[in-house]
Amino acid sequence: MTKLNEITLAEARDLLNKGETSSVELTAEHVAAVESARPLNAFITETPEQAIAMAKDSDARRAKGEAGPLEGIPLAIKDLFCTQGVLTTAGSHILHGFKPPYESTVTANLWKAGAVMLGKANLDEFAMGSSNESSYHGPVENPWRRRGDNKPLVPGGSSGGSASAVAARAALAATGTDTGGSIRQPASFTGIVGMKPTYGRCSRWGIVAFASSLDQAGPMTRSVRDAAIMLGAMAGHDPKDSTSVDMPVPDYEKALTGDIRGLKVGIPKEYRVEGMPKEIEDLWQQGIDWLKDAGAEPVEISLPRTGYALPAYYIIAPAEASSNLARYDGVRYGLRAEGAPELQDMYERTRAEGFGVEVKRRVLIGTYVLSAGYYDAYYNKARKVRTLIAEDFKEAYKQVDVILAPTAPSAAFAIGELVDDPIAMYLNDVFTVPGSLAGVPGISVPAGLSGDGLPLGLQILGRAFDEETVLRVGDVLERAADFKHEPAFVAGR
Amino acid sequence: MAVDKDTVAHIAKLARIRVEPEQQETLTKELSNILRWVEQLGELDTEGVEPMTSVVEMTLKMRDDQVADGNRQADVLVNAPESKHGFYVVPKVVE
Repeated sequence: MTKLNEITLAEARDLLNKGETSSVELTAEHVAAVESARPLNAFITETPEQAIAMAKDSDARRAKGEAGPLEGIPLAIKDLFCTQGVLTTAGSHILHGFKPPYESTVTANLWKAGAVMLGKANLDEFAMGSSNESSYHGPVENPWRRRGDNKPLVPGGSSGGSASAVAARAALAATGTDTGGSIRQPASFTGIVGMKPTYGRCSRWGIVAFASSLDQAGPMTRSVRDAAIMLGAMAGHDPKDSTSVDMPVPDYEKALTGDIRGLKVGIPKEYRVEGMPKEIEDLWQQGIDWLKDAGAEPVEISLPRTGYALPAYYIIAPAEASSNLARYDGVRYGLRAEGAPELQDMYERTRAEGFGVEVKRRVLIGTYVLSAGYYDAYYNKARKVRTLIAEDFKEAYKQVDVILAPTAPSAAFAIGELVDDPIAMYLNDVFTVPGSLAGVPGISVPAGLSGDGLPLGLQILGRAFDEETVLRVGDVLERAADFKHEPAFVAGR
Repeated sequence: MAVDKDTVAHIAKLARIRVEPEQQETLTKELSNILRWVEQLGELDTEGVEPMTSVVEMTLKMRDDQVADGNRQADVLVNAPESKHGFYVVPKVVE
């Protein structure tokens, strides 16, 4: 029998429902897997005792006939979600020792659905990064290796610990957050499924804020079905987040009918960027052919303002970050620099010691574009461009039901390869940022291997709040791709 | 537009981040590069376009103006680097 940490979330659920395993057994196997995966540095905090206690409670609920949709399922939680009484760092030194006295809405929803917490997953500092190298707690390793090369690779970011843990079979699934691609790009780099729902689908309450008009939580899993199941438990209206929408959460698993006949799939010509590696172009064509074979109709579309998405994003996101991160001042929680004689000095030293290089860079850019005299030229200009980018998508969705594109412009790169070149690092999100600015849902599905044996993902973008069609097409893509490759490192082997 | 060292020092002051003199040069170069790169937005005509305020078309909900939570002084102070008698303690503010 396949080991319990190597099955999918849906398979684990079915075994639990049939009484063929218990949450305690399943969780114990995962606690061991988390421990064996330590070389990847995917977790900042492991919570094995809490995991077993939650698993016992879960088995007791099940015995009473009170099983929820994720009853007994052990998960990794990105360390950007506040978890009551459990260290929450956001990958930053400035939240040193912070144990929230409250629980984020999304994690509370997961526990209410019966899930079990294995620990808090590593991430780029304040979710700012595309390689998980900006974490105060050190870089995360991708469990994959290039063929014939043992050089450690990045898992992507910012949800790199979540991606690495799920890919290495140390967790059945994990939560991620996506601001400009932080779920989809690491999913592509590690050969797993990552879904960013529509902005407003999941509550942001209790998630450490980066860019509030963009941040959105979503599932990272080893199958599209798993993503559907987990999203159903995460999503929903929350009176504590005024941007969470009050509309019913559908049964996403039911959307996986396998039938996409007659659906129109947009192929945006602007995504054929100069210098795109041939293997990614070929994989994209393969994806088009797969969906066509399944009865969908590919349609060439234009998203004319695509090229301006990244620069607009790198004004809007830092502007919001500079404002959100103003709260870290050494007064109410986290780090305080020692020995400052007066208050202003204490603020400045605390923030200098507490923030890493990339976070400082973005806070300074954000402060600049919001400052008197530059606000219109930068920040307002970027918000106008964002309106145009959202219009591009609206126009496109008059013609098509979903959009198919590569998730990232490359496979995983080596740790250290891009750290000194911020703009090259930003370009990783060239295919994910436009959808983020438009607020639309997207899923990355592993579709094939690069020439040197690394996973590559394709993404499906959909209409706002039409996660069902995105999942349905993602499921068909997953079946056609039949991605069975395994990373070099699998926990517990 | 490129920024100079004085501008960087000014932004750092506004952002309340201490920047050591030896970091100023690198930072000035990096921020200038990023700002030059984002300036390609200038190519796009945005005359008459509304700046986006909300990506999802929705009306914000109203709620009753009632106390829903409170009396949690201990929770509020539990993570403070320093607190005394139910207050946050900070270094001297006025002479």
